[in-house]
Amino acid sequence: MSNQPAKDGIPLRSPQDAAGAAAAAVALPREAVDEAVVANRSASRHTTAEAEKRLRRRYAAQRRFKAYGITAIAIAVGALLWLLITLLANGLSAFQQTYIRLEVTLDPALVDPRGDRSEESIRTGDFGGAIRQALRERFPDVVGRERLRNLFGLLSSGAEFDVRDKVLADPSLIGTKQTFWVLASTDVDMLRKGFFERQPDGGAGGRLNAEQVAWFDQLKAAGDLDLRFNKRFFTNADSREPEMVGILGGVVGSFLTLSVCLVLCFPFGVAAAIYLEEFAPKNWFTDLIEVNINNLAAVPSIIFGLLGLAVFLNFFGMPRSAPLVGGIVLALMSLPTIIIASRAALRAVPPSIREAAYGLGASKMQVVLHHVLPLGLPGMMTGSIIAMAQALGETAPLLMIGMVAFIVGIPKGLTDSATVLPVQIFMWADNPERGFVEKTSAAILVLLAFLLTMNAIAIFLRKKFERRW
Amino acid sequence: METPFSSAQPGTAPPPAVPLPNEPPSIVARNVNVWYGDKHAIKNVSIDIYRRQVTAFIGPSGCGKSTFLRVLNRMNDIIEGCRVTGKITLDGDDIYDPRLDVVQLRARVGMVFQKPNPFPKSIYDNVAYGPRIHGLTRSKKELDEIVEKSLRRAALWDEVKDRLDEPGTALSGGQQQRLCIARAIAVSPDVILMDEPCSALDPIATAKIEELMDELRQDYTIIIVTHSMQQAARVSQRTAFFHLGDLVEVGSTEQIFTRPQDRRTQDYITGRFG
Ligand SMILES: Nc1ncnc2c1ncn2[C@@H]1O[C@H](COP(=O)(O)OP(=O)(O)OP(=O)(O)O)[C@@H](O)[C@H]1O
Ligand SMILES: [Mg+2]
Repeated sequence: MSNQPAKDGIPLRSPQDAAGAAAAAVALPREAVDEAVVANRSASRHTTAEAEKRLRRRYAAQRRFKAYGITAIAIAVGALLWLLITLLANGLSAFQQTYIRLEVTLDPALVDPRGDRSEESIRTGDFGGAIRQALRERFPDVVGRERLRNLFGLLSSGAEFDVRDKVLADPSLIGTKQTFWVLASTDVDMLRKGFFERQPDGGAGGRLNAEQVAWFDQLKAAGDLDLRFNKRFFTNADSREPEMVGILGGVVGSFLTLSVCLVLCFPFGVAAAIYLEEFAPKNWFTDLIEVNINNLAAVPSIIFGLLGLAVFLNFFGMPRSAPLVGGIVLALMSLPTIIIASRAALRAVPPSIREAAYGLGASKMQVVLHHVLPLGLPGMMTGSIIAMAQALGETAPLLMIGMVAFIVGIPKGLTDSATVLPVQIFMWADNPERGFVEKTSAAILVLLAFLLTMNAIAIFLRKKFERRW
Repeated sequence: METPFSSAQPGTAPPPAVPLPNEPPSIVARNVNVWYGDKHAIKNVSIDIYRRQVTAFIGPSGCGKSTFLRVLNRMNDIIEGCRVTGKITLDGDDIYDPRLDVVQLRARVGMVFQKPNPFPKSIYDNVAYGPRIHGLTRSKKELDEIVEKSLRRAALWDEVKDRLDEPGTALSGGQQQRLCIARAIAVSPDVILMDEPCSALDPIATAKIEELMDELRQDYTIIIVTHSMQQAARVSQRTAFFHLGDLVEVGSTEQIFTRPQDRRTQDYITGRFG
């Protein structure tokens, strides 16, 4: 008998060898043994032709089932990818903004009216004038009010703030000539990013005239007009000008609102779930409560907004547009979801664990606190974070309590006027100006990033605290 | 056919038929009925359980052995729809008296379940849990001693002494069962209820658990449910035979296995039905 060592060193034995060994053992010719084996095989009711056909059908059904699943997942992933690609295609350009390089003379008479280099004095300085002066020097042959207005139209009304902030940081710049990249207007930005089409008459996008486009080309050719990272998008709040908008206001508003929501609904939701699942007697009254909690989870969210408007704003006189009220309304909305998820998590704790603890003489409280709660907590946290993610994306109820207002400042407290990310997206999407399209997509990307982060945290928490039993 | 009693432990004399001790029974059950919803699981059972004895419950599957065992420490309270009538006293205290504290009762009447159910905690914490919640120890050292002693008595110490902080759920089925035994005896209850404690154990571990029962019997009241006639014959002094919710017969183990009064008992122990 030849044992051929396989490549990985394990001796391989061919089937013939095995049959041969059997043949040798019973001292029968090998053919006889083979025939006997085959005869035996067909004798079993599980190896008849019919049985094999049945087996093949079973495998075919299994393959079909798998194919359905894979198709469904492929469609879902495809749709998701499509959404993401559209968003990225539309939104990525918002993270850059067009700037114009200018040699600005920081004339003390303009930028430091009191002449004492103090902060108050610089804050009242006419930086816009200084920048316009610089632009006139760049194009000295432009004269006449109309043409000058067109020339200044290349700049954003927010251009002066960058220069002012630099001077505030370093007052010794006053009186010198400095190179600044100043913010261009949204029309220039759109042209730079290729969203405006050039017209036969030399203009572009119906917003820039032929002369403006010519200046644009001149600046661009000289390398004085370029795309730079749009820091403002992450540090500003809302604005009327698309080139100046930022999402920080919405992000902070969302954060404050969700904090209120979490603080309210996690403890109450978990406590309610524990009471209902572990302590409440089972009778018609608790059944009624259960049915109503399930109903509440299905109530359209705008109804909660109406409730917030009627009760918190009109009856209790709480401030409009405030994260505090938004958080309360979202908490009401998330509470049923959290209670249902938490009860499911508690119910998933195997009864044998409770029995073991009761059997040792643990009181009900000890059984719940020592055994049921630690085992149910990962599920409860996951449920709560998913409810929070839902609340983060919620718009309708917040519209009802006035969080849809145009707010330029970043909220500093729970009662300040604020807006939230999804409402911000809603407002920008509603704006007809071309420059808002990319900002809308970019804001959606930011919102998606937050949602992904929250879900990742949920998965992490579940993995960290999950215990096997 | 030979009864298991005579075939048990060939070569050694069967345990002496212990005469009923003079002291009063530890547990007295009278006219106990248990319903699960409409299902009448225990029918009018009256039985006395004596201290310093092992009492074995035998009977075919589904006859109500576990149910009756759970009645004795009120574990049926947590089963929805379970109703118990009749009177059961433990050392004179009515255990279904509403004024009686179940927590205290379950500390006095410990239980090992039919299915091993260790907590998803470390081996150490599993055994230490009972002493901790009942405040039985004053120092960590004392607790360590209780844990070691309990694990030794449950014949598990040698296998786990180097990995006490590993999860109890990672043990094998038989080890989990011994862990549950250790956990139950760590509380030092007065009565220990064991529901098929050896069903997942090999003969060596079984012998150790039977030894443990023999040892515990010196101080405690022990009730064991078993499907092994040999085991009932080896470890118990009294045997009760249940059939379809009825307590058919109870008596000294020797009498049940050698001179059963009831036809059903006779059929069961000789293996004519199951
Ligand atoms: N939680 C329950 N709900 C409803 N019926 C139950 C419940 N537990 C047990 N029963 C019923 O009560 C009867 C007795 O069950 P029990 O568990 O006491 O049997 P057993 O004698 O321990 O059986 P085994 O030897 O198989 O463990 C069975 O008919 C069973 O169906
Ligand atoms: Mg049982």
